[in-house]
Amino acid sequence: MDNLLSIVTFLPLVAALVLAIFLRGNDEAAQKNAKWLAFVATSATFLISLFILAEFDAANTGFQYVEERDWLLGLKYKVGVDGISVLFVLLTTFMMPLVIACSWDVKTRVKEYMIAFLALETLMIGVFVSLDLVLFYLFFEASLIPMFLIIGIWGGANRIYASFKFFLYTFFGSVLMLVAMVAMYADAGTTDIPTLLTHQFASETLNVFGFQIIGGMQTLMFVAFFASFAVKMPMWPVHTWLPDAHVQAPTAGSVVLAAILLKMGGYGFLRFSLPMFPIGTELLTPLVLWMSAIAIVYTSLVALVQEDMKKLIAYSSVAHMGYVTMGIFAANQQGIDGAIFQMLSHGFISGALFLCVGVIYDRMHTRDIDAYGGLVNRMPAYALVFMLFTMANVGLPGTSGFVGEFLTLMGIFQVNTWVAAVAAMGVIFSAAYALWLYRRVVMGDLIKESLKSITDMTKRERAIFAPLIFMTILLGVYPSLITDIIGPSVTALVQHYDTALAAGAEMSHNSQVALH
Amino acid sequence: MAYIILFAPLIGALVAGFGWRFIGETVAQYFATALLFLAALLSWIVFFSFDGTTQSLPILTWIQSGTLDTAWAIRLDRLTAIMLIVITSVSSLVHLYSFGYMAHDENFGHHEHYKARFFAYLSFFTFAMLMLVTADNLVQMFFGWEGVGLASYLLIGFYFRKPSANAAAMKAFVVNRVGDFGFALGIFALFMLTDSINFSDIFAAAPAIAETNITFLWQEWNAAEIIALLLFIGAMGKSAQLILHTWLPDAMEGPTPVSALIHAATMVTAGVFLVCRMSPIMEFAPNATTFITVLGATTAFFAATIGLVQTDIKRVIAYSTCSQLGYMFVAAGVGAYSPAMFHLFTHAFFKAMLFLGAGSVIHAMHHEQDMMNYGGLRKKIPLTFAAMIIGTLAITGVGIPLTHFGFAGFLSKDAIIESAYAGGNMYAFWLLVIAAAFTSFYSWRLIFLTFYGKPRGDKHAHEHAHESPMVMLIPLGVLSLGAIFAGMIWYNSFFGHADQVGKFYGIPVAEAAGHGEAATHGAAGSDDMSGHTEETHADEGHAAAVEEHHGDAAAEHGEVHAGFIGKPGEGALYISPSNTVLDDAHAVPSWVKVSPFFAMLGGLLMAVWFYLVNPSLPGRLAANQRPLYLFLLNKWYFDEIYDFVFVQPSKAIGRFLWKKGDGTVIDGALNGLAMGIVPFFTRLAGRAQSGYIFGYAFAMVLGIAILITWMTLTGGAN
Repeated sequence: MDNLLSIVTFLPLVAALVLAIFLRGNDEAAQKNAKWLAFVATSATFLISLFILAEFDAANTGFQYVEERDWLLGLKYKVGVDGISVLFVLLTTFMMPLVIACSWDVKTRVKEYMIAFLALETLMIGVFVSLDLVLFYLFFEASLIPMFLIIGIWGGANRIYASFKFFLYTFFGSVLMLVAMVAMYADAGTTDIPTLLTHQFASETLNVFGFQIIGGMQTLMFVAFFASFAVKMPMWPVHTWLPDAHVQAPTAGSVVLAAILLKMGGYGFLRFSLPMFPIGTELLTPLVLWMSAIAIVYTSLVALVQEDMKKLIAYSSVAHMGYVTMGIFAANQQGIDGAIFQMLSHGFISGALFLCVGVIYDRMHTRDIDAYGGLVNRMPAYALVFMLFTMANVGLPGTSGFVGEFLTLMGIFQVNTWVAAVAAMGVIFSAAYALWLYRRVVMGDLIKESLKSITDMTKRERAIFAPLIFMTILLGVYPSLITDIIGPSVTALVQHYDTALAAGAEMSHNSQVALH
Repeated sequence: MAYIILFAPLIGALVAGFGWRFIGETVAQYFATALLFLAALLSWIVFFSFDGTTQSLPILTWIQSGTLDTAWAIRLDRLTAIMLIVITSVSSLVHLYSFGYMAHDENFGHHEHYKARFFAYLSFFTFAMLMLVTADNLVQMFFGWEGVGLASYLLIGFYFRKPSANAAAMKAFVVNRVGDFGFALGIFALFMLTDSINFSDIFAAAPAIAETNITFLWQEWNAAEIIALLLFIGAMGKSAQLILHTWLPDAMEGPTPVSALIHAATMVTAGVFLVCRMSPIMEFAPNATTFITVLGATTAFFAATIGLVQTDIKRVIAYSTCSQLGYMFVAAGVGAYSPAMFHLFTHAFFKAMLFLGAGSVIHAMHHEQDMMNYGGLRKKIPLTFAAMIIGTLAITGVGIPLTHFGFAGFLSKDAIIESAYAGGNMYAFWLLVIAAAFTSFYSWRLIFLTFYGKPRGDKHAHEHAHESPMVMLIPLGVLSLGAIFAGMIWYNSFFGHADQVGKFYGIPVAEAAGHGEAATHGAAGSDDMSGHTEETHADEGHAAAVEEHHGDAAAEHGEVHAGFIGKPGEGALYISPSNTVLDDAHAVPSWVKVSPFFAMLGGLLMAVWFYLVNPSLPGRLAANQRPLYLFLLNKWYFDEIYDFVFVQPSKAIGRFLWKKGDGTVIDGALNGLAMGIVPFFTRLAGRAQSGYIFGYAFAMVLGIAILITWMTLTGGAN
């Protein structure tokens, strides 16, 4: 199939359109139809996306399944995947059926809810497959709109504040990124990403209003992109939108946010920052590394004192994303392998943790840690599942959480032992906050009157967790499933980055020689 | 065979954990136990048939990233073989014992199913522990390392309704994580230097590592030193050495069989195993190993002092474990790895037995653990009493001085004390001798308080005190055989002449005229000599003949010594040519050899005086020396200090960063900024729109419009 990627990308959108146009009424039957249609569409998307993997050639580090068409206004529609992006597509298609399934009990505006998630899936996949700057920008920014709606319409009591924060943060990043994209087009004369990847952007020192900017355009572009991706990750200190967004979002929204949307930032660093602006990257690497290390310790400590389960997991997500940025900017094989691994594994684990919160939130309608305690007495299956993902979250070897954490730390150790040591303290704190949460919610005697009649997980809930458990353990025991696919592309990326730096160093050396 | 040993417990754990609903709890228990006994049997076969050649058995690839190539694989050498029999033997006996001990538990209701879960955890622990000792690379070892941590967490918190048990479980995990932090950094450093995490590569690179300096944090370090230190931090956590010891006494919240298996015989010795396993690095790190020695000796002393005054029977034994682990680290620190393993080996038997014996007492006394409520129990539970006496004789080191005839602890502990003296660390030597006296005192105190004197405490409990069922007594009997004979049987293998030790571990050995010369000789002629020994190794019969010849020669000349000439990675241990501790330890003066014996005797007499002859004395002494007594009773106030220095500040900082950092500073700045911008955009987007969604969408459209305009003006995309 020549247009496999387009089918995977737009199938959910087609389903959304079908829902929007053909589904009438708001009775029980219509709601049921909406749910089933969404579930079938996302499942079909996942199954079709498996074909991408089947034919994917990991040894080929270029883009595969490339489609190129003329689009309106002289723009191009160009998509394709390489070893770095292909698994993010699969992560998205894998998670979405689960997300739909966990929303089975939604009662208000079911049709619109499903449309929002289906459209969101198309936009998220679009981000990972775009090979054109404008297309990427469109998908990247548009993916926020359904998320806004999900938080704003189906969210908690304080949703307006949350979406307000979300808006402010992302807006600044977007504006700067847009400016940088314009500058890139001006410099390279194209918006084609594969071409841009080989283009050398100017790095001569610039003089702006009397400030000497080392690395010139590259530094400026790096900073502009960084502003956008850092917010998305989110990195300390621009992370404060995330806990609020998570707390206000419905369970399914939190799952998508944590599992997939956060990964766009990391993907952006790998697709744009490192290969296109190597000199700018190298210049600002120490800053990014320290921001990551601080993020890990800072947010872990903050997670320790949270009283709201979702906030705690949200802060833990920020800490885990700290490992990702740290690994990416270690800019060596282990670091980047680990970062990609960590992003994928965090998709399963944090998604599952938010689902765990969702399970008891559905029953008790509170996220207050103090409202729980002793759940193991009545919910043994839940206790087991929550234990597994708690351990995966703290990075126990044998779960996928370990591999990413370990590889990123191993990568960074070769670059900067201080950052490695500070970041490694995260393994202590993560154990503290995660186990303390578990202890307060699940362990102990069941004393609280309100919990006496709580019921264990239903069949549907178990079925949702089963694939996540399977993936978490499978990837923990046999991580080669991922590293075999990403490995060659990452090697190519690291080589490209190193060569570009060497070339840049030679150039500046030559220019200095010329001056003498 | 090794595969079966490794995976049998895993299968047992899975079947007992998930399958009991289908096959019933009792069958699940039998199944897990049977698999463990099978593993134990095979382990002994492996142990006896092992010929000293290191084998590597592959299982599956694991983490692969660039030059990092981690595989699941089994490394089978003498160290592994020793640990295999320790783990599977104790574990299978503990499984058996648990049938009786866990039959009725007041922490659970009648309708609750907890037994299969308990057996599943035990088997899972065994699997993780076997993974740890069979690992052929550091990352797999780390898997086992954290896996046993998880099992320990689950088992300490087994009585999940008890808040104290949950707190202890979490404490154990978090404190161990502090150790793991160091361990992980050590692995990273090794990978950075050698580009590999496989033992064989690392060992081969050890001499080169010793000549490298790396920058770690604020200064340059000798690579071998810093790596040894970082790995030892991991060992400190797992083996409850001073500073990171606080979790072990609290871990006694778990059921007693757990204490016997995990917190006495196996998991806590993983640190010692790690140091011995990494002997090729340790041998090149004189400063780090001195630190290990000093810390081990201090722990041995410190834990023994606390053991003197505790009244909870399990806590006394827990501190005793902590103290004995200190002994092992002293030995490993001075380069006497084999005696360290020897003590690890014998300690597993007698300490497991003491714990299981204590469990039998607790079982008899309806889960009463305070020794102040025991007394006069020897008639009521005679078999348990006999077992406890054997265990005490073993741990206090009873034997005939200057011979090789005595209980297990006598031979192994004396071997360590002699090594400490031979290693030249007088601080360690004297602390260990004092600790030996304390050990004897608190061990006999335990016996006297429990089994002698008048019954104290709840009359009802004493009246109903009963001997434990056979299923609990059989493990005690088997372990007591180990406690009595393990030392005498394997004395020569662990602590004999260099020939025998070398053969045991598969290390090439060369004869030398005197131990002073052994070093130079070995170093100078190591090349051709190792070639020679490889030859003898290849030919078993010939090798045996040579050994015999060596033995004869040694007997004839009396003063002929043999030196280890293996390269790093050859054999299970690396002992550098300049390390002659093993030889020197045999040549220490007689007063050194008998000093632990007299220390033991002193401790025993004091205990007799305090608890049999003059039972009111301890109370008066405690009253007279109140500050000292409280200091010891409160465990040197470590928990309080840690709570004050680490736990509370962490929470306070967390709260500060959350409220002030995130709240006031970041969000505050943002709100300030927002006040200026948001009204502007809402006005732009029309006042009627309340949501920011519209504003956002508008901004995006605006952005794209600008971009497209720009492109059209400059002539299209291409």
